[in-house]
Amino acid sequence: MLRFLIRRALGALVIIVLLIALTYFAFFSLPTDPARLACSKGCTPELLAQIRTNMHLNLPIYQQFWNYFSGLFVGQDFGTAGHCAAPCFGYSYNTQSFVWDRIVANYPATFVLAIGGAAIFLTVGVGLGMIAAWKQGKLADKAATAIGLVGQSTQIYFLGPLAMALFVVNLHWLPQPAYIPWTQDPWGCFTGMILPWTVMSVIFWSNYSRQVRSLMLEQLSEDHIRAARAKGMSNTYVWWRYALRGAMAPIITIFGLDLGAVFSGAIITEVTFGVHGLGYLAVIAVNQADLYLELGVLIFSSVSILLFNIIVDAAYGLLDPRVRIG
Amino acid sequence: MSAEQTLDEQSAAVPAPGDVLLEVNGLTKHFPVMGGFPFKRQVGAVQAVDGVSFDVREGESLGLVGESGCGKSTTGRLLTRLLEPTGGTVKYRGQDITHANRKQLAPIRSEIQMIFQDPYSSLNPRHTVGTIISGPMEINNINPPGGREARVRELLEIVGLNPEHYNRFPHEFSGGQRQRIGVARALALNPKLIIADEPVSALDVSIQAQVVNLLQGLQRELGIAFVFIAHDLSIVRHFSQRVAVMYLGKVVEIADRDSLYNKPRHPYTHALLSAAPDADPDTAANERIRLTGDVPSPLNPPSGCRFRTRCWKAQEKCATEEPPLIQLGGNVDGHLTACHFPEDGVAPGAKPADTIPAARLAKD
Amino acid sequence: MSTLTKSESIPAPEAGHAFLSVRDLQVRFRTEDGIVKAVNNLSFDLEQGKTLGIVGESGSGKSVSNLAVMGLHNPKNTTIEGSITLDGQDLLKASQKDLEKLRGNKMSMIFQDALAALSPYYTIGRQIAEPFMKHTGASKKEGRDRAIEMLRRVGIPQPQTRVDDFPHQFSGGMRQRAMIAMALVCDPQMLIADEPTTALDVTVQAQIIDLLKDLQQESGTSIIFITHDLGVIREIADDVLVMYAGRAVERGTMREVLKSSQHPYGWGLLSSIPRINASVDVPLMPIPGTPPSLLNPPSGCAFHPRCTYRELVVGDKCVTERPPLELANGHLSACHLTPAQKQSILTEQILPRLSS
Repeated sequence: MLRFLIRRALGALVIIVLLIALTYFAFFSLPTDPARLACSKGCTPELLAQIRTNMHLNLPIYQQFWNYFSGLFVGQDFGTAGHCAAPCFGYSYNTQSFVWDRIVANYPATFVLAIGGAAIFLTVGVGLGMIAAWKQGKLADKAATAIGLVGQSTQIYFLGPLAMALFVVNLHWLPQPAYIPWTQDPWGCFTGMILPWTVMSVIFWSNYSRQVRSLMLEQLSEDHIRAARAKGMSNTYVWWRYALRGAMAPIITIFGLDLGAVFSGAIITEVTFGVHGLGYLAVIAVNQADLYLELGVLIFSSVSILLFNIIVDAAYGLLDPRVRIG
Repeated sequence: MSAEQTLDEQSAAVPAPGDVLLEVNGLTKHFPVMGGFPFKRQVGAVQAVDGVSFDVREGESLGLVGESGCGKSTTGRLLTRLLEPTGGTVKYRGQDITHANRKQLAPIRSEIQMIFQDPYSSLNPRHTVGTIISGPMEINNINPPGGREARVRELLEIVGLNPEHYNRFPHEFSGGQRQRIGVARALALNPKLIIADEPVSALDVSIQAQVVNLLQGLQRELGIAFVFIAHDLSIVRHFSQRVAVMYLGKVVEIADRDSLYNKPRHPYTHALLSAAPDADPDTAANERIRLTGDVPSPLNPPSGCRFRTRCWKAQEKCATEEPPLIQLGGNVDGHLTACHFPEDGVAPGAKPADTIPAARLAKD
Repeated sequence: MSTLTKSESIPAPEAGHAFLSVRDLQVRFRTEDGIVKAVNNLSFDLEQGKTLGIVGESGSGKSVSNLAVMGLHNPKNTTIEGSITLDGQDLLKASQKDLEKLRGNKMSMIFQDALAALSPYYTIGRQIAEPFMKHTGASKKEGRDRAIEMLRRVGIPQPQTRVDDFPHQFSGGMRQRAMIAMALVCDPQMLIADEPTTALDVTVQAQIIDLLKDLQQESGTSIIFITHDLGVIREIADDVLVMYAGRAVERGTMREVLKSSQHPYGWGLLSSIPRINASVDVPLMPIPGTPPSLLNPPSGCAFHPRCTYRELVVGDKCVTERPPLELANGHLSACHLTPAQKQSILTEQILPRLSS
């Protein structure tokens, strides 16, 4: 198992390096002048020249890339803007700050949103799927499927404002959604995030409920379920210990991939609810054409997705003894 | 055509051995096993087939028997070049086709055909019977006189199906009928050799005999040679004039059927014969050689004689020296055995014989 | 000796004689295409310590009837009628809870594909110990010890270490042994073996049959052995029940059914398998046609569309009237041919072909 993980980690490392290079060159081969973009209103030729020097834009592109890449590990100097300590993802001129600091500042919101949302969509989705499988063909099955379908066909930017209008504006049950660090105010954090969590989870439900339903039905038709019943195990025991156990491994796989997605920033949810997370940061970066910021967020998200991929593989090995690899 | 019509003339037609059609020499297939750390590399090989040699003459049927994992199916796939051999040679009518490319194989492909075990997965469910059977003609661009459709209808009739079923889909047929469709497809190009890989083992008992009789009729009437791969010793004996017994990728004994079934010399052949259940309560098959355990892994086969780990006669020599496949004293021509300490050549049912003590069973 | 009865024709034997007694069993499935009449009017007894072989092709109802005995059918789409009495208890009237107490304890079952029948997620030891702990209230430790003991009994080497292996780490033959260990862990009085050797190689099949026979000798378990292989029947069965299209068509001792079958289907089966020491010049005589659909079984005798002896019966009785299971020449068979006709076909046509 450890060998497998190390091998996967090494592989991921290679992918990350390639990814950084590819993204970097893609961004900086755009027919725009990063210095001009960075030099906002009131730009003078002197200022532009200084930005150019600070951003090392006078150097050949491969050297620029080397600076950026090595900066990730040892930091980098940005002239008058100062020294950017490792891990240095560059300097955001629009906001006059280092990219890494911005990411660090915004990440907790994304993290909390992801954890809460994932917990809700996993429980609700799996729950709905289990009900549907248990009551196969009955009303409850159809209801669960319908709920899932509604979730799948709705949009966050529609459901979000609607929920806010209802629970925040009309009923006054909840405060305006916002991220408050839970270290400061756990209850405030919870009430501020409950709407984003729930609304974000809605779009994931249907996938889980459908998968769980079909996986459970598939498991229940397998021989080892019949064999377990033939040795006197009760239906509920067989249901939980045998069928759910078998359905779990594939579910964990999709769950891990979805986690990768939400942990790298749920753009629409964050913008809809004004939660200042990584997705929100990405939108700002794109809006302001802040290349280093975009690059930083992108690399950070990709690494996060890769990381969850490895975790999924490891979890799969733990869940299914047949794929435990030496 | 029905198989029964032709049965009377069989004994006259069969024994006359034709020219050598297929010549297999030292055929080997090793599947690489990847592993290692931190970078994957080949760390071993599954020795699925390891130095198999035999001939198939025109119009004869050679049976390949053995337990699962003995390499009989892999051998079949190597002969049809569905798999690329790792070593050895396969010659068809004197022409080396071991590593022949697509183009070189094209003229031979039509002469060597294959019938598969599973009549459900070997037919494309989205194609009609007509398309399935005419497929080989289309691929090889063959236009029989009267057109392909007429030929397909003729083939359907030969295998005992209704020619009107031309436009039906495989799911409309039962397992036995599907296997007939597979046979018709194999016949489409007038093959000289058919590799039949467990053609009846997926069928119901009452249907098995129908397909066996059909194939037997084809062998006699059309003079098609067969390599008949099966694990059922009785069916192989019934169908094949010569039989090769395989164990862990090697041929351990090969002979014409009377010699093999009546005078088996290899202990493994003995064990197989004595383990085969017989439905007649009066045969003296009560004497039983009980092999212990299972076939070892082909990833790491035993040294020397591969059967020695389950053999009750094994001695030190068996571990150090691989027995060659040779004609032992007292055997008829063409009866080859690979064993250092062969049996005396009496069929297992025919003597009260040395029964293996029950303790062996528990040892594994 | 166990007998098979068809309620209309032969009175049932006194109750309490047989360990398992099945009477007029009917199993119906509701499917999208209609109602499948999987088992019809099936009656048989199984005595303590004996082995009953059930022979039939796919769809003959041999597995379905035994799953009904175990109560393993899905009640949502299955209707079961008749009576199944195990040691005096009517299983069809028993509650789900009572059945759970019987399964794996008094009666248990082994399946054809051991790899599929064992959960891939739990160790062999745990799966063997599970029913023991449930039925005897044993602790985890006792369960594990019992699992090791059972593995040793079924001939698995190094049971102390193999007990912690997962099913995929076992070879095919060993998995089958492990499944047998799982089924026998509570010393059941009846074991239903559903084609337990069909997927195995002949040498391993012989080992498993020996094992079952040895275990039966030790513990006196009654066995129902389902197979399509007459050779296996000869090895293990005391009595044989031949099923066709959901009904019993023949019933007798192993020797009676294999040596003096009284039914055209039995003759067909015997003539269609090659014998390892018969002359190779004698052609196989297949049964023409294919097994019938149970959605819409043939009228009269279900075998009549495939039967070569139909013309010998006066009138169109085979098409219009279902033959009852009756005593003819020593054992029970369901065929309109007269006993004299059966005997002459057997001695003049069938036996010569088999012994040549």
